[in-house]
Amino acid sequence: MSEAAVHDDHHDHKPTGIGRWLFSTNHKDIGTMYLLFSLLMFFVGGAMAIVIRAELFQPGLQFVNPQFFNSMTTMHALVMIFGAVMPAGVGLANWMIPVMIGAPDMALPRMNNMSFWILPFGFTLLLSTFFMDGGAPAGGWTMYPPLVLQTGNAFPFLIFTVHILGISSIMGAINIIATVFNMRAPGMTFMRLPLFVWTWIITAFLLIAALPVFAGAVTMLLTDQYFGTSFFDAAGGGDPVMFQHLFWFFGHPEVYILILPAFGIVSQIIPTFSRKRLFGYTSMVYATVAIAFLSFFVWAHHMFTVGMPLAGELFFMYATMTIAIPTGVKIFNWVATMWRGSMTFETPMLFSIAFIVLFSVGGFSGVMMSITPVDFQYHDTYFIVAHFHYVLVTGAVFALFAAAYYWLPKWTGHMYDEGLGKLHFWTSAVFVNILFFPQHFLGLAGMPRRIPDYAVQFADWNMVSSLGGFAFGLSQLIFVVVVFKCIRGGDKVTDQVWEGARGLEWTLSSPPPFHSFTVPPKVTEESAHG
Amino acid sequence: MSDSETYFIPEPSPWPVVGSLALFISFVGGSLFLNGSAPMFGSFILGLGIAAIIYMYYAWFSDVISESLAGRYNSQVDVSFRWGMAWFIFSEVMFFAAFFGALFYARVLSVPWLGGEGAGFLTNAVLWPDFVPEWPIDVIPNFSKFTASVYDDVIHAWGVPAINTLILLTSGVTLTFAHWALKKNNQKGLVRWLFVTVCLGIIFVYFQAGEYHEAYTELNLKMTSGIYGSTFFLLTGFHGFHVTMGTLMLAVIMFRAMKGHFTHENHFAFEAVAWYWHFVDVVWLGLFIFVYWI
Repeated sequence: MSEAAVHDDHHDHKPTGIGRWLFSTNHKDIGTMYLLFSLLMFFVGGAMAIVIRAELFQPGLQFVNPQFFNSMTTMHALVMIFGAVMPAGVGLANWMIPVMIGAPDMALPRMNNMSFWILPFGFTLLLSTFFMDGGAPAGGWTMYPPLVLQTGNAFPFLIFTVHILGISSIMGAINIIATVFNMRAPGMTFMRLPLFVWTWIITAFLLIAALPVFAGAVTMLLTDQYFGTSFFDAAGGGDPVMFQHLFWFFGHPEVYILILPAFGIVSQIIPTFSRKRLFGYTSMVYATVAIAFLSFFVWAHHMFTVGMPLAGELFFMYATMTIAIPTGVKIFNWVATMWRGSMTFETPMLFSIAFIVLFSVGGFSGVMMSITPVDFQYHDTYFIVAHFHYVLVTGAVFALFAAAYYWLPKWTGHMYDEGLGKLHFWTSAVFVNILFFPQHFLGLAGMPRRIPDYAVQFADWNMVSSLGGFAFGLSQLIFVVVVFKCIRGGDKVTDQVWEGARGLEWTLSSPPPFHSFTVPPKVTEESAHG
Repeated sequence: MSDSETYFIPEPSPWPVVGSLALFISFVGGSLFLNGSAPMFGSFILGLGIAAIIYMYYAWFSDVISESLAGRYNSQVDVSFRWGMAWFIFSEVMFFAAFFGALFYARVLSVPWLGGEGAGFLTNAVLWPDFVPEWPIDVIPNFSKFTASVYDDVIHAWGVPAINTLILLTSGVTLTFAHWALKKNNQKGLVRWLFVTVCLGIIFVYFQAGEYHEAYTELNLKMTSGIYGSTFFLLTGFHGFHVTMGTLMLAVIMFRAMKGHFTHENHFAFEAVAWYWHFVDVVWLGLFIFVYWI
């Protein structure tokens, strides 16, 4: 494997200047751009969240008008989902998959660059709508008609943003599939793939199957608005509920697109800091496949209150509950991996353990909502807001932080500031619960979501939640400090970085050569994964 | 895995970022055109963007073709292209699935519900008691909203659509003849059968355009004709667009074949376009059965 380091000397001619980034065909440079872009969008979306929490700090209207408030909730969701979490996942895939499977780069490097460069243009389309007549989209990120058809001049920009980001994601997914299926080093069989790579293949299939349906659905919105079709208009024989079916056929797999890479990250980190191999590797793979497969048959649990036939309500209830089984398999496997391990608690491990606990909280409230009659109470309340923020913030985002701390030393060659990392973890973990846990109470008490004002009975917990939100937001600045300090310098790290780390990425130098493996490494069962 | 010890990694390329910019320009232009804030300017920008997209395709594929002809691709690159094309086609299948889904939803659920079936009893009785749940729907639930909607007739399966089915199926056969010719290194036969296939594609699009003309001018069947018109025109329209693209791709392959770009063992560009053409063919069979026939 060390030949790689020898060979890279005469391959390691980096392009220079702005062209290195604009015209890149290098998976690490593209991965870095993805990650930095997602960090930027994390703060753009976070600023919108701060506006929301500021407005909800007290009952009554304080800072923004209701229309702008609704724009904030809509755009916060779109920016965080499509601008922060998805690009961060793809960025990690770009950086790590080639080095984890022993490849020199992604299979289709030029297309890879296009997947990235679409993103800044796509978000220029989306964010420019703030300056248009009628304001930014305010009908919710789910874009339900007929409400979304009342969007002003921003309407086609919203639709085309979905199209352009969809093109980016599909190209990214195709690239990941081609890379994993075709670029594995000799000996890297499928059942030796690191779990992060496995979860990303499954995610790529979800992207390819789900996003085109979304593109089709929003195309129908566009023609309903401008070309007189009546897909979502009962007056012409269509049905607005049909949009919800099409949307959630995409939307439910989408939530697994956000969380499966997080599962993969945690499955890499827990074994390293437990100094044990991952417990139940095979069952982890099958559980991931099962979750992805089931995700296409549960979409209508997002619309239990819309007036579906009873058979539909029952089918989607039971189908949804079955997802708890493979998810439970994963949770138990992570816990069993830690069982009797020689554990240490560096920042990536702290975020991973918090992920397991807090993602489970979100998972449990998910099981509660899968029960149709009970969901009639929870639907469109803060309970659902609390639920999906537990799975997406303490779930997906915490795992992404864990990944960043875990691999930053590998990427930069420097150890990050462990003290600041731990500070970032503890402030985040405490304040995120102050932010989102009270929202369970608010939802159960009946506070509706996407409303700028509320009854005074909800005042106390909203204030608590807002304070937690401001503090959580400020805590994230620590992360920026850690990242840039680490890029600029710090203690040199070894190739392996972490004592218990296994897998091909730790056999390369830190930072790795410009082209990861110029000669395929030989992979054995021992060296395969964590 | 790979047949050579070295990997192929392309040099830095400007085309991806040019393509992203071109898409952005097109969508900005399209948006300004559609939302009516600057229709003239918007359509100009849209045209500019589309021109840029076409240029990007031309330049990018030129690079790929010259790399391929220079023999820089090993069999691993070939396999990557195959995975890429296959899953791109699958994503297209899912795009059409959305529109087929809309068609089935309307036919099986929303139209019967509006006609009073199941829980739709009151909807029908109170809102639109005159609505008769048939397919194709003869009466639009609310005339006042879709005034242009009462169509005289729909396009029937056993006229032009049946001929078009025959044309597309035949084109699949002629394309296979071209492939057989190529495998035997018969360059003349390859070009000849490709030419026939391209012609069949053009005839298909011509007939389809004639059908649209008839629908709009004689049958009063339009996009605004309720859910029937909506599903009919979007399904056949997107399919027609794909046939047009496929024909263009075949034409490019034909010109490349005339230049002798393909050998009997190295011709993935041909196969990729053939896959695409067969995909378009299969989608048509779905359209013929569910949109025109039953």
